[in-house]
Amino acid sequence: MLSVHAVRHLRDFVLDITLSVRPGETLVLIGENGAGKSTVLNLISGILTPDEGEITLAGRTLFSSAERVAVPAENRKIGHLFQSYALFPHMTVAENVAFGLRCRKVPRPEIAFTVGNQLRAMNLADLADVNVSRLSGGQRQRVALARALVLEPELLLLDEPLAAVDMRAQAAMRGELRDRIRVAGIPCIVVTHNLRDAVELGDRLCLIDEGRVAAEGSPEEVLGMRENGFIASFAGPQAP
Amino acid sequence: MIGHGGWKWAGRAALTLIVAALLALFLLFVTLPVASLFLRISPEAFFRSLAESVVIDALTLSLATATVSTAVVVLFGTPLALVNARHDYLGREIIDTLTDLPIVLPPAVAGIALLMAFGRRGVVGQYFDAFGISIAFTTVAVILAQIFVASPFYIRQARASFEAVDRLYEDAARTLGASPATVALRITIPLAWSGLVSGAILSFARALGEFGATIMFAGNFQGRTQTMPLAIYTTMQGDLDAAISLAIILVVISFAVIAAVKVITRRSV
Repeated sequence: MLSVHAVRHLRDFVLDITLSVRPGETLVLIGENGAGKSTVLNLISGILTPDEGEITLAGRTLFSSAERVAVPAENRKIGHLFQSYALFPHMTVAENVAFGLRCRKVPRPEIAFTVGNQLRAMNLADLADVNVSRLSGGQRQRVALARALVLEPELLLLDEPLAAVDMRAQAAMRGELRDRIRVAGIPCIVVTHNLRDAVELGDRLCLIDEGRVAAEGSPEEVLGMRENGFIASFAGPQAP
Repeated sequence: MIGHGGWKWAGRAALTLIVAALLALFLLFVTLPVASLFLRISPEAFFRSLAESVVIDALTLSLATATVSTAVVVLFGTPLALVNARHDYLGREIIDTLTDLPIVLPPAVAGIALLMAFGRRGVVGQYFDAFGISIAFTTVAVILAQIFVASPFYIRQARASFEAVDRLYEDAARTLGASPATVALRITIPLAWSGLVSGAILSFARALGEFGATIMFAGNFQGRTQTMPLAIYTTMQGDLDAAISLAIILVVISFAVIAAVKVITRRSV
């Protein structure tokens, strides 16, 4: 279970968010560009620090302004996938996936074994020794996911997970991503601009507007709010 | 008959000619003196002077001191450059300006400044002297002078290279469990590597060419403080062949430096 209350003064508005996600549940964040969706992910994973608020994950307090707690990003056990995937360009696929395990001082034979399993599970075994600069969008996405999942995170944050995947492969990748999230059985937050991502990945939808939760509910409920201008254009001419 | 278009064409041709002439003249001005070094000495005389002790001593001393000073600059300059590239703190601009200062400071000023600081009666040197340690006019002084004048070349380049590394990689590494030190060692430094190496090469070259500060602060003793530029200056007055031979070695090293920096920076693009 993840629960977040975070306030942070941004340049154009004050971000003030309260949300929670249960294990095995996927919450999808939608909203205009610059509404603060990616900032929410950064606040949760520890790349940014809230001005005030409280973040707890699986019973651990990750941040609390009242208790003056701020667990550094490296100790939060959160898998954070960035929009561009941020694969390390000076490393191979296997080295990227092994990175987190090496940071945790896992013995080398164990790293080789775990990484090998992970690569096979993600259909990346053939690419183990390939430099990441030579991968396609879909392959990059899988490597980024493998790199995060191999650490068995307690929460998964995905920022536009399919934006760099080419159109033809998107549907298949979306299905694969949904299955991986289900199998992992941890809370998951997805930021997307894509209606099909929202409908197929999300158990719940959350509309963010200028740093605040403007609407929240099941995909049907939120996408039914046609009086909202953003929802109307996001959901398209007919209701899903 | 020459029409309007013809005049335009003639004007452009004349301009091209003038630019080409200026370019050729300037190239000649740069290359002719360097070429003259090679024309004024026979290969036999060159190799004969390579065996002279003044040449050998200067060459060994120069390579050794420039290597040590570059290593010191890299050791201290890398963390400084990384901190200044990544963190905004009160006084950062002042520190940046101070580290750049030796680039614009005349070497003679650097020499007398070092002497006033580390000389026997210097601000710091007097305490060393009380313990029987003297710095001025020793090989250590040569290295200090080189560090002083060469450090900005590395630090500037290192800071620019660190700033060019996308922060996203560092953020991603943090979320994967890397401590700030691990991020620096495994992500930021490897990604900035080619810039760091070319900065170190430039700094090495500047240290190798150091003359003014060295002769004032370290003196001109063969085998101890007489580096190649000092040896050129000294032998020029008697043994011109030795001076030219040393100069040729420095020319070759300079070319190698430029070539190395070009190759390294091109590969990273």
